[in-house]
Amino acid sequence: MMILDLLTALAKVVIIFAMILGVVPVLIWMERKGAAYIQDRRGPNRASILGMRLGGIVHSFADALKLFTKEEIAAGSVSKPLFYIAPMITFFIAIVTVGVVPFAEPLRLFGYEFNLQIADLNAGLIYVFAMSSIGVYGLLIAGWAASGKYPLLGALRAAAQMVSYEVALGLSVVAIFLLSGSLRLQDIVIQQGALIWDWNVARQPVAFVLFMVALFAETNRLPFDLPEGESEIVAGYHTEYSSMRFALFFMGEYTHIIVGSLIIATLFFGGWQFPFVAAELMRSNMDGVIVIGWPAAGIALLMFGMFLVSRFRRRYRDLRDYETLLFGVPAMLFATLLLIAWAGLLTRGYLDNIPAWIGNAVVFAVQLGTLLAKALFFCAFFIWVRWTLPRFRYDQLMNLGWKVMIPIGVANVVVTSAVMVFRP
Amino acid sequence: MIITVHHYLVLSILLFTIGAIGVVTRRNALIIFMSIELMLNAVNIAFLAFARWNLLIEGKMIVLFVLAVAAAEAAVGLGIVISIYRNRQTVYVDEMRLLKG
Amino acid sequence: MFEAILFYSLAAVAVISALLVVTRVNPISSALMLVVCFMATAGVFAILGAAFIAILQILLYAGAIMVLFIFVIMLIGTDPADLKRRQMTFAKILGAAAAVYLAIVLGLAAWRPPFIAAPMAGDAFLSPATIGKQLVTTYLLPFEILSVLLLIAIVGAVVLAKKKI
Repeated sequence: MMILDLLTALAKVVIIFAMILGVVPVLIWMERKGAAYIQDRRGPNRASILGMRLGGIVHSFADALKLFTKEEIAAGSVSKPLFYIAPMITFFIAIVTVGVVPFAEPLRLFGYEFNLQIADLNAGLIYVFAMSSIGVYGLLIAGWAASGKYPLLGALRAAAQMVSYEVALGLSVVAIFLLSGSLRLQDIVIQQGALIWDWNVARQPVAFVLFMVALFAETNRLPFDLPEGESEIVAGYHTEYSSMRFALFFMGEYTHIIVGSLIIATLFFGGWQFPFVAAELMRSNMDGVIVIGWPAAGIALLMFGMFLVSRFRRRYRDLRDYETLLFGVPAMLFATLLLIAWAGLLTRGYLDNIPAWIGNAVVFAVQLGTLLAKALFFCAFFIWVRWTLPRFRYDQLMNLGWKVMIPIGVANVVVTSAVMVFRP
Repeated sequence: MIITVHHYLVLSILLFTIGAIGVVTRRNALIIFMSIELMLNAVNIAFLAFARWNLLIEGKMIVLFVLAVAAAEAAVGLGIVISIYRNRQTVYVDEMRLLKG
Repeated sequence: MFEAILFYSLAAVAVISALLVVTRVNPISSALMLVVCFMATAGVFAILGAAFIAILQILLYAGAIMVLFIFVIMLIGTDPADLKRRQMTFAKILGAAAAVYLAIVLGLAAWRPPFIAAPMAGDAFLSPATIGKQLVTTYLLPFEILSVLLLIAIVGAVVLAKKKI
């Protein structure tokens, strides 16, 4: 039993971390394509492996390869151990926060329960804050160890900014756990229910806005990227970094965005709850879900394949021309197979009584997909904001944090608790 | 190999002593502050160990209060250090012997 | 067994980093080592069934107080030439010796039976909800006094640190 528990824990860690790290290149691609879209250009579309460009995702891998093979430079004046450890801290802190995010309901298979959540802490929400509050160390150490003017300025800015916005972040969520009465993220998700107007974003819109803004500040994304403002202090705390250590900072930032999006989705948007369809409802009507969902997926895939094939043009006169066919034709074939299998199973009556474990597995997959979809939406939101808003000035940043967000946060907590107490 | 409350107490005493030595022997005001934080922390371990072995929630409550007081202390202490530094350009306590500002 | 391994490793990290805190010349190294020490202590708290306190420890000490310390150290700026080795004076050695002696006496006083493992802790002991309830019932007055203290500290810090008010 002990060994099995350890193995499941290990499997969970591997699955979740692999998932997060797998999303990072996609997010970098989204960022570039989003920037290109907003600036009215095409974005990355050249790099290819045997003619496959995947719409530009290959550029992310090419970048990773480039950064891996670059020479690492550490200027003579840096304090080496700290200089080397700082990017690791940044990345580590960014990724361990995901440990308390519940990705789905516990999956029951053959009398065994599998909960896709690394640690079901009863103080999970506080853990999120604790991790985000020590995330500043990576930047602080990086800026100090590089022993230059601009890195130090960046580190000082990072410290002041993150300490200030942490207060707002904490205050915004006090209202949430007043409503849910628990600090466990799983409880918070369950308590929100499946109806959209019961989600915390509808019940606590002010808290949501505060949380969102504070999260932008914590991730050092664009309206708040003063620690690395390139037009003011070169690149801030990572001015002196090159090669893979720079890549770690880069990946740390994107990991932070993904994890932050997961947390937003969990706290304010019902986590793994599928909108309007509760897990129980889905489970008890599983045959209906499969009978409708299966062909819907097949048709969607078929249309996607047809879309890809329809884009086939002889433009480059080399392998890249055939990329659309390479993906479109198999997608169409597979979709046709899916539809034929569905029709066959339906007419033979195999879809009438689905075994419970298939139902549980489908619900699990739907919940996981829902959470990831919500998180990806917020990732896209992060990118949209980055390429839309200009950077704050430093005094504006501090004024917003201390004189606007914290008072609003306190007022929100007071109003929420008053309503909780005096509600009939 | 059972861990008894004594293990935690010994750890607590060790940390407390190290902190006390830091307070006595260092000259840098900031490090003296850090040593005081270390001592507070050591005391927290003892409180929590007793709370765990007697199953009393009071130990945890006191630790919470200690944490809050430490935060207040750090805020004021750092303010004092900054204002001293502004007046005397030093953070070494043995160079602050004048009562006159 | 797990508990023992965890305890000994965390205790070793805590003690070694604490020793480094009081021996490093550079205050930044000291502060970073203190952060490590606080993390290890937070781990010890977690073994003691106080996961909530452990996380608060990281949040408050490591995340807020130590960041402030490092901020101030960076702000003041430590010129490497300015980092003088302290001279051990007689009084200091005496004081340190007294501290060690006190530790030994305390250790001897504490080292008495029963040597038993910790009793099983119930949900009420482990859950953060109990702490919250106690905070606003039994400990309401200290809680209020504490909030006033924090307010005074904030005002005091602003008064001390600001050049012109």
